[in-house]
Amino acid sequence: MMTSATNTGSRARGSASLKHRLAERGVDTKLLLLVPAIVFALLLFVYPFAYGIGLTFQPLAATQEQWGGGLFANYVAFFRDAFIFDSVWITLRLALPAALFNVLVSIPIAFKLRSKFRGKRMLQTLLVLPITLGTVLTAQGLLIFAGRQGWLNRFLLENGIIDQPLQLVNNYLGVMLSLIISGFPFAYLLISSYLSGIDPSLEAAAKTLGANWKQRFRRITLPLLAPGLATTFILTFVLAFSVFPSARLVGDASGETRVLALMAYRAFSEQLDYSMASTIAIMMGVVELIVIAFVFLGRSFLYKGSTGGKG
Amino acid sequence: MSNSRLKAAPPTEVVNIVKNRNHGKLAPGEKSLAASPGTWFVWFGIAAFFIFLFGIVLSVLVDSLGKPWFNTWLPENFTLGWYQESWARFDLAHIIGVTLLVAFSVIVISVIIGVPASYVLARSNFPGKKLVMLLFLLPILIPPITFGIPLATVMYNFGLGRTVLAVILVNLVPSVPFVIITMTPFIEQINPSIENAARMCGASMYRVFTKILAPLLIPGILAASILVLVRTVGMFDLTFLVSGPTSDTLVVAIYRAMTSAGGGEARQLISSMGVIYTAMMLLILIIALRFINPTQLVAQVKDSRED
Repeated sequence: MMTSATNTGSRARGSASLKHRLAERGVDTKLLLLVPAIVFALLLFVYPFAYGIGLTFQPLAATQEQWGGGLFANYVAFFRDAFIFDSVWITLRLALPAALFNVLVSIPIAFKLRSKFRGKRMLQTLLVLPITLGTVLTAQGLLIFAGRQGWLNRFLLENGIIDQPLQLVNNYLGVMLSLIISGFPFAYLLISSYLSGIDPSLEAAAKTLGANWKQRFRRITLPLLAPGLATTFILTFVLAFSVFPSARLVGDASGETRVLALMAYRAFSEQLDYSMASTIAIMMGVVELIVIAFVFLGRSFLYKGSTGGKG
Repeated sequence: MSNSRLKAAPPTEVVNIVKNRNHGKLAPGEKSLAASPGTWFVWFGIAAFFIFLFGIVLSVLVDSLGKPWFNTWLPENFTLGWYQESWARFDLAHIIGVTLLVAFSVIVISVIIGVPASYVLARSNFPGKKLVMLLFLLPILIPPITFGIPLATVMYNFGLGRTVLAVILVNLVPSVPFVIITMTPFIEQINPSIENAARMCGASMYRVFTKILAPLLIPGILAASILVLVRTVGMFDLTFLVSGPTSDTLVVAIYRAMTSAGGGEARQLISSMGVIYTAMMLLILIIALRFINPTQLVAQVKDSRED
């Protein structure tokens, strides 16, 4: 209890004072509690990740021959091979609109449902339901419900709203629908919790000063909510960006929805090219971090501070 | 207050206020939920969402019970045959067993590793704290496939591929940081003077943890556990990369059945597995919600700030 890993061997210079000085900076025995978590993260996250980065510089002979570039052959292939590089845009074309949609639609809904009304708890419970479905079941359900012979098309056809069955699955739209169904409840719950963290008396004060709801929203609520919106956007974007099962199941896996995750998995399990698989996987992380960095950059210009509530 | 606002408010709002008075329940100045185009948009959006949601759930349910169901609104006959068949064919008892084993192992290990770490992060400042926070944030922010593929390669190198142990280990990678990130604010809101008082009275670190902190932490730990449980049972990407026939969890088994060579299994078999999956999730959630409130993590923080 009295000896700690941080100050052994310092007795000669007077351990009490050094220990005291370290403790003042927050280095004391308590930090030992952090050790298991750090060891765990190093072993299962940092080491495999570093190993994966190392792997990317050990391209297969075939890759080197086809694309050249020596050690960097995998990266040359990633940028030059249109079949692979296009999937960056394919992934972004899915993930960005999906995340944006989920956030933008959640704002008015969270606003309207802020006040108390009958059945609110019921509604919020129902919104949690998609979490129990999981991506695979959502995909299966979409295939049956929105397929050519599904209830949705049947209803629209029989009521004469459309002549031809809508093609809602096995394409871009199918994946988008599945991203909205799984991402929207998440975005809504987050935004409404951010909204509840804003002190209502701020808006009440604006109201007493005669601001109408537009002014109140633009001048008071939105600036306070914006950092929360940025966070929500990042989290829903992360969810949508790593879309994998639904891109295969309700999408068009060889065309419109050939996302990065799918390409990485193919290289991993079908071509058994672990170095290329790691390259795609790591570039996928890089692309995602670039988008997140942009959002963070934008966020740093926004109001930072207390929102009067739980923040 | 309502007096001064009456003066400033445009006429339409006055009408609203009068209406609200009649409703009684709304706070003064809150708009009624009826009327206004914005409200219509909101209700339309919610309705469209729920049409899809219930459409998806119901069509899978009907599909798993129907025999045969082709070009009609409802199947001709209803049967439980698909459940018997899929239960036997995919050895679902084993798969569900594996799923629960993985989920509970992940919960126990990630709580044991994560809670002490979040205690330190909540209570003390030390050099390099930001770096440590980043280390725990990255596995949540980075797409699972990005670290999943190198991790799976390492697992196969160590001969762990396709084992239940590998499935547990890969699921720990996002779960431990998740417990840390959710528990840190929860611990922050526990008043440190309680611990200090216990220490002043001569309690050791161990006693402070078991007698003071543990009882206070139980609600937070339970809430975090539920979230980890839901995430682990639903986790597809990471499990899929390292699991094999004997270590598939239910989601992965459904995916494999949907994509197996030769156009996949019969749709109804997959639907019946899907229903079993949803039923299992709902059961877990209902049992869990009887004991805890998932918003506790957030709500408790709020309460503490109010006093």
